[in-house]
Amino acid sequence: MSQSLPLLSLAVWTPIAGAVLVWLLAGDGRPARARGLALAVALLEFAITLPLYTGFDTGNGGLQFVERAPWVESFAIYYHLGIDGIALPFILLTSFITVLVVAMARVSVDKQLSQYLGAFLAMEGLMIGLFCAVDGMLFYVFWEAMLIPMFIIIGVWGGPNRVYATLKFFLYTFLGSVLLLVALIYLHLKTGSFSLLDFQRVGLDLPTQKLLFLAFLAAFAVKIPMWPVHTWLPDAHVEAPTGGSVILAAIMLKMGGYGFLRLSLPITPDASMAFSGLMITLSLIAVVYIGAVALVQQDMKKLIAYSSISHMGFVTLGTFLFSAQGIEGGLVQMVSHGFISAAMFLCVGVMYDRMHSRQIADYGGVVNTMPMFAAFMMLFAMANSGLPGTSGFVGEFMVILAAFESSFWIALLAGTSLVLGAAYNLWMYKRVIFGAVSNTKVAALKDLKAEEFIVLGLLAVAVLAMGVWPNPMLDLTHATVDTLLAHLQRGKLGL
Amino acid sequence: MEFMLPDLTPALPEMVLLAMACVVLLVDLFWPGRERSNTYVVSQLSLLATLLAVAQGYSGPTTTFSGHYTVDAVAVVIKVVALLIMFGVFLYGRDYLRQRALLTGEFLLLSLFATLGLLVMASAGSLLVLYLGLEVLSLSSYALVALHRDNGDASEAAIKYFFLGALASGLLLYGMSLLYGLTASLDLATVTQVVGEHARAGNFSPLMGLALAMLVVGIGFKLGIAPFHMWLPDVYHGAPTAVTAFLTTISKLAAFVLVVKLLAGVAAPLAQQWQQMLILVTVLSLVVGNLVAIAQANVKRMLAYSTISQMGFLLLGVLANSPAGLAASLFYMVTYALTGLAAFGMIMLLSRAGFEADRIEDFRGLNRRSPWLALVMMVILFSLAGVPPTVGFYAKLGVIRAVMQQDLLWLAIVAVIFSVIGAFYYLRVVKAMYFDAAEEQPAISPALDVRVFMGVNGVLVLGLGVFPAPLLALCQAVF
Repeated sequence: MSQSLPLLSLAVWTPIAGAVLVWLLAGDGRPARARGLALAVALLEFAITLPLYTGFDTGNGGLQFVERAPWVESFAIYYHLGIDGIALPFILLTSFITVLVVAMARVSVDKQLSQYLGAFLAMEGLMIGLFCAVDGMLFYVFWEAMLIPMFIIIGVWGGPNRVYATLKFFLYTFLGSVLLLVALIYLHLKTGSFSLLDFQRVGLDLPTQKLLFLAFLAAFAVKIPMWPVHTWLPDAHVEAPTGGSVILAAIMLKMGGYGFLRLSLPITPDASMAFSGLMITLSLIAVVYIGAVALVQQDMKKLIAYSSISHMGFVTLGTFLFSAQGIEGGLVQMVSHGFISAAMFLCVGVMYDRMHSRQIADYGGVVNTMPMFAAFMMLFAMANSGLPGTSGFVGEFMVILAAFESSFWIALLAGTSLVLGAAYNLWMYKRVIFGAVSNTKVAALKDLKAEEFIVLGLLAVAVLAMGVWPNPMLDLTHATVDTLLAHLQRGKLGL
Repeated sequence: MEFMLPDLTPALPEMVLLAMACVVLLVDLFWPGRERSNTYVVSQLSLLATLLAVAQGYSGPTTTFSGHYTVDAVAVVIKVVALLIMFGVFLYGRDYLRQRALLTGEFLLLSLFATLGLLVMASAGSLLVLYLGLEVLSLSSYALVALHRDNGDASEAAIKYFFLGALASGLLLYGMSLLYGLTASLDLATVTQVVGEHARAGNFSPLMGLALAMLVVGIGFKLGIAPFHMWLPDVYHGAPTAVTAFLTTISKLAAFVLVVKLLAGVAAPLAQQWQQMLILVTVLSLVVGNLVAIAQANVKRMLAYSTISQMGFLLLGVLANSPAGLAASLFYMVTYALTGLAAFGMIMLLSRAGFEADRIEDFRGLNRRSPWLALVMMVILFSLAGVPPTVGFYAKLGVIRAVMQQDLLWLAIVAVIFSVIGAFYYLRVVKAMYFDAAEEQPAISPALDVRVFMGVNGVLVLGLGVFPAPLLALCQAVF
């Protein structure tokens, strides 16, 4: 079903065009113009993505808003865009989070603001492009192209050890991605096209499927990240500027999970089933072990980084349980984690702007001088722990239920995340926020400014709304997940 | 036997270039203009005139000079690219050489003659003409490298280049003479036919194997792939950067012509044999080029080692031995010439009188000094690394696809893994440009035409990456 207005192309190219405008029109001497222009573009983009939600047919499990045009005929690559119930929530998440990041950049970045904001806008376009891509090579181009702006953002505006962190991030992700490239070319030579729909339909025997699954795994496991290829994430998060950490955690990590749902499961269903034991084991290690690692962190950003890895472990766990509840739980967890991790990193950013420290030891008794902020951070810390009523609970609950149907022990191990999550989140919160004022710097802290209040408020509303009533998001996914599961059950070995 | 004048019209471009080179010689002698500006302008005009002659003269494959001279689609593409690239080399090199008092008539003339050599090679219909063109190109190149007479590095580079290049030409000639002995003909088409007959009859004599090996070794030297690469870093480093830009584009185009005419042309029936040889040298080039480049602190040397690995990628397309593979290699060559020209052009742009901007430290803080130039350089470096959405990605995609079509999956995986290792040293320059603070440097103020051309160059690298279809279709159409 194609619309008269190419909404998806608009959604992809508006931020990129906006980025070029910001770079050209709002050079170094005009930060106010850069901020205004960038915020206008981000809000426009959010407005463009809203009709995708309102015009979406929840009963249709296939692709909607499809656009297709020849692009590189020599290699049979088409400019083929389309969304289904799995992609749509991420597009909305991306446009929403980018508005918040651009708004918050007003307070924290002062040098070369136009380049900073332009880079985020360009990245937004590329990320939305990834979620819309139906052609394998288009998917890959967006997947890789995203690395460039993120590399620059961490490297230019990051912390003291940013060069090491950003090089590690780029090279690690690049290495996984090139194996994805080889897999895509293999499938292209087998089917004669690059369309993911054709890849989904082609028959493959089990050994080939297993090799392809491993190639996809290399790329997606690094991106999510899964244990043991997760070591780039804590460094990248700690060294990135606040906005960079937010985008990285809220959206980039989700691309790995999206990749499993878009590529691994439909194209190599039998191998996915064969490897599900391995995937569940790795997920549980992420949930339990990385949760324990988060407990001993001294740096707040590193703690939230490890907690992100742990939460994404739930996503892969839910995906590879192969039940509607598990996959939908994984999807909800991804969106919810997008809101919560964005909020947590923004909270740390608020404190860092004032104190220039992320070490827990440097804080204590912040509630005395920043009560409004403490209230917000309480909500987000609780949501991160999976408190019922917040969005953090919904996804985890669904996945644990799905795990219970498969095995009691998996559910038990997954359930420990609720305990560990509460432990590291609340302990950090207690040490930083509660108690008496610990030093003069904390005593001098000022509470939230207007933009910070609005941004955190919007996120609080999102977290609570999704926690109390997740149906608007879940309704989008039912049809698509059912189609996916039916395809999985059929498998490909009979073809 | 009557003497029949051969049809000269297909050879119009070469005649135009030769005539214009003589005009440049006279202009340089009698009317050079201030700082050789007249000579420069006439040289550029001669390139443009030749370009016109190439573009409007083509109407299908033709042969003249009793089969010694042919014009086909591949030749036209290579000639057009070579002339445009040479235009760029002159443009970028003009101010750079002026600052070093090297913009002499000799530089312009030798470059024009070298281009003439390349044009002759591209149109060669016989082994003799091919070698003739190659020698015109090579001898001009040796002299060009030695242009900076008082510089120790340049003289050392020139001696190395001359000795190894002469050795390579000699080996190539020896291989060609063995082929002549085995097939009793110099004409490329006839030699191919006879070699094909020998191959079909299963008649693979040791002499044929020796000839093939000599050809591969000679081509390997000219292309600069491991293990025949030792001259490349020293020559790239020692030569004036304008000459390096010339070497990395025109000389590599010439070596590619050798590959197309000899390996994919004459020795095509013996593909099984040279495919094995090429796989070996390709893997060696990827390993050596990427690993040693990591240790370099000089950008010119780093780009030299990166060239070794890029040529390894190029050969991936050739060893696939299919029309798709050759088309992918041609696309790779054209885009590499474009990107290499821009990279060395950037070094020249940043250099000043008495100061070479060829170390990584010299790129520090370029984003602060000139955001536009830093952006262009970043696009170029990511294209060399093969990151989308630049054109370098499609070049790598093409050759890897060609290799996988021949079921050489392991080679494709090795190639992509080494491209990741290679990404590191490109990223190091990006890091210097964007993440490091600028040292105290005078402002960069290139001439307007240089700035415009660099901008066009950078936009092309990105634009061809977003819309690679036309160039890809062209490359596939010629094979």
